[in-house]
Amino acid sequence: MGAIYALVALGFTLIYNASDVLNFAQGEFVMLGGMVTVFAAAAGVPLPLAALLAIAVAVAVGLGLYYLAIAPARGASAVSLIIITIGASILMRGIASIVFDKNFHSLAPFAGNKPIIVGGAALLPQSIIVLFGAGLIVLVLWLFITHTLTGKAILATAANRLAARLVGINTGAVVALSFAVSAAVGAVGGVLAAPITLTSYDAGTLLALKGIAAAMLGGMGNPLGAVVGGLTVGLLEAFGAGYVSSSYKDAIGFLVILLVLFAMPQGLLGRAGVERV
Amino acid sequence: MRRLLHSPYAVVVLLALIVALLPLVLPSTFYMRMAALVFIFALAVVGLNLLMGFAGQVSLGHAGFFGIGAYAVAVGPAHLGIPSWAALVLGAAAAGLMAFIVGRPILRLRGHYLAVATLGLGLLIALVFTNEAAWTGGPDGMPVPRLVVFGFRVFGPRMWYWIAGITLVIGTWICVNLIASPTGRALRAIHDSETASRVLGVDVARYKLTAFVISAIYAAIAGAYLALFDGLVTPITAGFLRSIEFVTMAVLGGLGSIFGGIVGAALLVLLPQVLTVFHDYEHIVLGAVMILIMIFLPTGIVPALAARFGRR
Repeated sequence: MGAIYALVALGFTLIYNASDVLNFAQGEFVMLGGMVTVFAAAAGVPLPLAALLAIAVAVAVGLGLYYLAIAPARGASAVSLIIITIGASILMRGIASIVFDKNFHSLAPFAGNKPIIVGGAALLPQSIIVLFGAGLIVLVLWLFITHTLTGKAILATAANRLAARLVGINTGAVVALSFAVSAAVGAVGGVLAAPITLTSYDAGTLLALKGIAAAMLGGMGNPLGAVVGGLTVGLLEAFGAGYVSSSYKDAIGFLVILLVLFAMPQGLLGRAGVERV
Repeated sequence: MRRLLHSPYAVVVLLALIVALLPLVLPSTFYMRMAALVFIFALAVVGLNLLMGFAGQVSLGHAGFFGIGAYAVAVGPAHLGIPSWAALVLGAAAAGLMAFIVGRPILRLRGHYLAVATLGLGLLIALVFTNEAAWTGGPDGMPVPRLVVFGFRVFGPRMWYWIAGITLVIGTWICVNLIASPTGRALRAIHDSETASRVLGVDVARYKLTAFVISAIYAAIAGAYLALFDGLVTPITAGFLRSIEFVTMAVLGGLGSIFGGIVGAALLVLLPQVLTVFHDYEHIVLGAVMILIMIFLPTGIVPALAARFGRR
């Protein structure tokens, strides 16, 4: 689970860095990834193709979100933008409940259901796939951002939008790109997680909240922090469910985040920001 | 006349007139019920507006306080033998105390961090209500006994219309008074610039905390009213979507405009009723309306209208 949170948190961080928007619709990308794959696979599309289709749909929705809702509201306050993304998330959920249905769905695991025994602990093959898949995405993303011109443009826009525009970077396109990449990352998370966790039209909300929390925990705007935060939240939940009480599983993550924010308002890996007045 | 219109108390007078005259035009108890719901939600939004619109602090967790009020009137009579009215007062006090305790560390945070911290707080409160099934009935919720005041049973839309309406007028009046006071000026100064107001000697932490506690109490009273009115509480009362609903009401209507908050509450309570015609498409329309209003009227409905008519 931690790996999924990490992917959601990573998606958040991408959009937040490029545009300062806290995207509450991030969980819906994960939902789209899972749901489109499930329905395409049920319609007879081979699994890899179904997954690709799901990612394509999510990317299209991500771009639509940016061009139809975020871009026209440029210059609106942070709260207005939050409400826009929440409105978008309600809208997507409404559409998903009609296009798909309101039931829970599961996908057959990619590599069978037989647990692998590692040193006395039973591991589902799918968990390993999720972990490796997430690791792979983080690696690819890191290579993309640090080694390509487009990636560097994203970094530059994140660092200083005005300066980036001055050196000739099309910042609008970069922000749109970060929405697309972020949607793709979320959708991959959804595809990978679908066999473990059930997916349904309203699966996105809690994921989005935990993803934001994970991103905050790591320090907002720090991609590495997002991954660390996501894994931490996932582990804490697992341990909390095992040692404290499974009914308070969801609470543990948020409690820890509150405590961390009290002690370290910038998150675990965040830099202490100096605010200009 | 002009001076009267621009006096802050004009809102209170206008609201009192609306509350007094509305029953004359409402055709049935169904509409009375809707109006009572609008007043109850508006009460919570007026409180939240004090925090968000005037002090400039975002809270995505106010449903938590709303839930504390609602569960107080449910758990108090059922498990502790406290009469409902006393449970209502205790619930409001508990929410205020809770806001006071967590307020200081939380309000040190800014912007998105504050939003997420309050969101976490609200979710934690909702989770407690869901999981302490022995006390709260768990996810199914629990029934709430009718309010009895001086041996007089309060029930039905008509009676709640008057209670909620009068409370809203009083709540708005207190809020207007507060904004006109030095506290209100300090809050607006904090909204404009925290650093500048600190330099001028404003105790920023204390005033933010004051606004937080007051808005929590407003939310708790509104929550208690809703629970008593419906005769039922469930964890959804305190859920994340309810918090979002409050914030959306405040922002749609217009932050920093008391009347705006009431308009926002009316819109979000009545819209789903209108949209039931569309059944499954309700969510789509609601989401689209939220996005469109934020794009085209970013300051909210009431300030945008005021600006248009003021210029003429």
